[in-house]
Amino acid sequence: MREVFVEIERCTACKSCEIACSVQHSKSKDLFTAILERPAPIRRVHVERALNFSFPVRCMHCLDAPCMAACPVGAMYRDQELGSVHVNKERCMGCWMCAMVCPFGAITADYVMKVARKCDFCRKRVKEGLLPACVEACPTGALRFGETEELVKSKRLSAAERAAKAVAVSMEPGEMTPLEMLRTMGGV
Amino acid sequence: MAVKNFDRPTQMLVERAAALKIDTGVQRLEAQQPQCGFGQLGTCCRMCYMGPCRIDPFGEGATMGVCGATADTIVCRNLLREEVGGASSHVGHARHVVASFKKMLEGKAPYRIADREKLMEVASGLGIETDGRSDTEIALEVVEKAVEDVTRQDDGPMNWIRLRAPAKEMEMWRDLGILVSNAHNEIEEAMHRTSMGNDADPVNLLLACLRIGLVDGYAGLHMATDFQDIMFGTPEPRMIEANMGVLEKEKVNIAIHGHNPVLSEKILEWAVKLEDEAVREGARGINVVGVCCTGNELTMRHGVPMAAHNLQSEVILLTGAVDAMIVDMQCIWPSSTRIAECFDTRVITTESFVKIPGAVHVAFEPEHADEEAQRIVRLAIEGFKERKGKEVFIPAEKSVGLIGFSVEAIVKVLRKLNPEDPLKPLIDNIVDGNIYGAVGFAGCPSIKLRATEMTDRMAVELLRRNVLVVTTGCTAHICAQAGLMDSAATEKYCGEGLKAVLRALGEAAGLDVPLPPVWHMGSCVDNSRIASLLCALAGRLDVKISQLPVAGSAPELVQEKAVSIGTWLLALGLTVHIAPSPRILGSPVATKTLTEGLLNLTGGRAYVELDPVKAAEGLYDHITEKRKALGI
Repeated sequence: MREVFVEIERCTACKSCEIACSVQHSKSKDLFTAILERPAPIRRVHVERALNFSFPVRCMHCLDAPCMAACPVGAMYRDQELGSVHVNKERCMGCWMCAMVCPFGAITADYVMKVARKCDFCRKRVKEGLLPACVEACPTGALRFGETEELVKSKRLSAAERAAKAVAVSMEPGEMTPLEMLRTMGGV
Repeated sequence: MAVKNFDRPTQMLVERAAALKIDTGVQRLEAQQPQCGFGQLGTCCRMCYMGPCRIDPFGEGATMGVCGATADTIVCRNLLREEVGGASSHVGHARHVVASFKKMLEGKAPYRIADREKLMEVASGLGIETDGRSDTEIALEVVEKAVEDVTRQDDGPMNWIRLRAPAKEMEMWRDLGILVSNAHNEIEEAMHRTSMGNDADPVNLLLACLRIGLVDGYAGLHMATDFQDIMFGTPEPRMIEANMGVLEKEKVNIAIHGHNPVLSEKILEWAVKLEDEAVREGARGINVVGVCCTGNELTMRHGVPMAAHNLQSEVILLTGAVDAMIVDMQCIWPSSTRIAECFDTRVITTESFVKIPGAVHVAFEPEHADEEAQRIVRLAIEGFKERKGKEVFIPAEKSVGLIGFSVEAIVKVLRKLNPEDPLKPLIDNIVDGNIYGAVGFAGCPSIKLRATEMTDRMAVELLRRNVLVVTTGCTAHICAQAGLMDSAATEKYCGEGLKAVLRALGEAAGLDVPLPPVWHMGSCVDNSRIASLLCALAGRLDVKISQLPVAGSAPELVQEKAVSIGTWLLALGLTVHIAPSPRILGSPVATKTLTEGLLNLTGGRAYVELDPVKAAEGLYDHITEKRKALGI
């Protein structure tokens, strides 16, 4: 499965993801035309502030999604290929139950079109092999897209590197143990 | 890494860079994608420390900055600051030339008066008494008049506006309250006006943009051209070669890049004088080539080959054949030194306010111009010594062109057709439709639009419709490289009417071939020449410039300078095509005013179109409307 991960320490609150999301959800898909469209396109990612950080909040496409369980008309459904959660606009009756139960505040109410609006995982783009628009727009790599296992693995690798650096710095020069000898020859 | 598809020589060198693992603008642009939407729309404000503030273009988020500034206020303030950047560059350029000229007059700098006729024309235009006075006395008073345009405090119109602006437009500017008096005061006021807590009225800010446009046009462009012509000569037609193929492996290659001929003229002079030293080091001579606008200055006055436009200014270094690139001011990419250090190339900066890490700095002062120029030429010879025998990679392409179309040169040719009324043949042909209209191209090559050959394709589309193209700056390099300044292009690209006119003019000029269809009128400050020609035509017809079947175009906008030049043209009443869009679309007021509202004020209009064919059609339609209104 593929996911979007957020590296909160990299977010500069530039809101590029917000703009890209609006453009992606416009009719024209072009910034200069999209700003003139009515109704205006609605973004599905919101950069919010917490402590001294900023965080792009978007739908996490939960595996056990409360929005799906809460919807009284079965308007929320899962894309079987991507595993992402979507709104069936025909069914949605605008009760906002999904928004109420979402732990992330990732669902907004569109009072003009009378439907719930949420991240659609840029489903079409992703199926065409493109990155989700917010990920592509992020200039610092705070939003990353990839296979879940690879994203998690890269986190493990950076954790390991951090630990190794800490040890390497604090190590006293002394008698060479067999393990250290192995290390000088390319690692353990 | 996907690489763009440029013209062959550029592409070859960009690919060579990729093979050598050297980044060029192509990779750097790629790394910047996608570019910030707030920035592109002009709705990011960094004027104070309550911000930075951004206005949500989709209306969901903030609609005002912390201080209450709307998108309209923010966009117009930002635009005005861009204008200031552009106008300051041109006013600064002109001031440097005037200061050097003054030092020469005082016997402190080794230059001379090269065009006495132009000095007299400028002097009498400024109302200076010339009878019975020495050239130096007259010239010193011309300098005084120029200095007045950055010092006077009496609110009277700038001397250079009175000298060069058309009378009808001057009245129009007076009525609009934008007739400026002192360039430095205007620049100061524009910075003041845009700092936190001053002008918030978008329309008032846009009028201030027009003021800065006039500052640029008269205290920048016109003033620079006039003094450069007096000091170095007024250009005359001559044949030149263009493109990077003008580099020569066996010679010391000196590329001069930047804008100010006060430097480049001296380098050229000493490159000739020190040729023996180069030969002693095993070179077959010294080959001075021009890059960007100082290249245009040198080619217009001396026929120096036009080696590269701005986008190629870093690419040309990848030939490994440039022994020294000497730069002065404006449009110098900081990347130059990083690329140069991969070869034996010396990048030499010369201005105290333009330094680049990794460059050799030789402070160039007009007083010691000879000594410093010698030192610079010798640094190039040293570069050659290191390079000698090594592999170079010079693309073979070069084109030829007939250039040097100063207004004086054009009138000289026209005078052969009609000695009493030289503009009449031109006007007759415009009336007949043989010349359907004219478009002036100015500005840069944009890395964003070069792959679509925006400038060259627009030019060809216009020529086909009998629209004459005149050009300056780096768009002139593009046209020369595309072969559009070659007589052969007249037969190849022009409509029948334009072809006939250019044949007749070629004959009048004493050539056995037609004139080329794209006329090189100089560097970017020489947009003044285009304005002078329009001014003369409008004057002769007793109409406003806005009534003429002409338009301006910055087909590949890069620099703030193009924004301020374009605004000057808007003030003159021209339709100005621009691509990509200036950063105004975040403001409904700015967008509407510049694309429609201005028509009622000056007759000018901004027109954005990124497709070369559609843009040419748009300008053609505009010319058609103007012709209809004139009843021709």
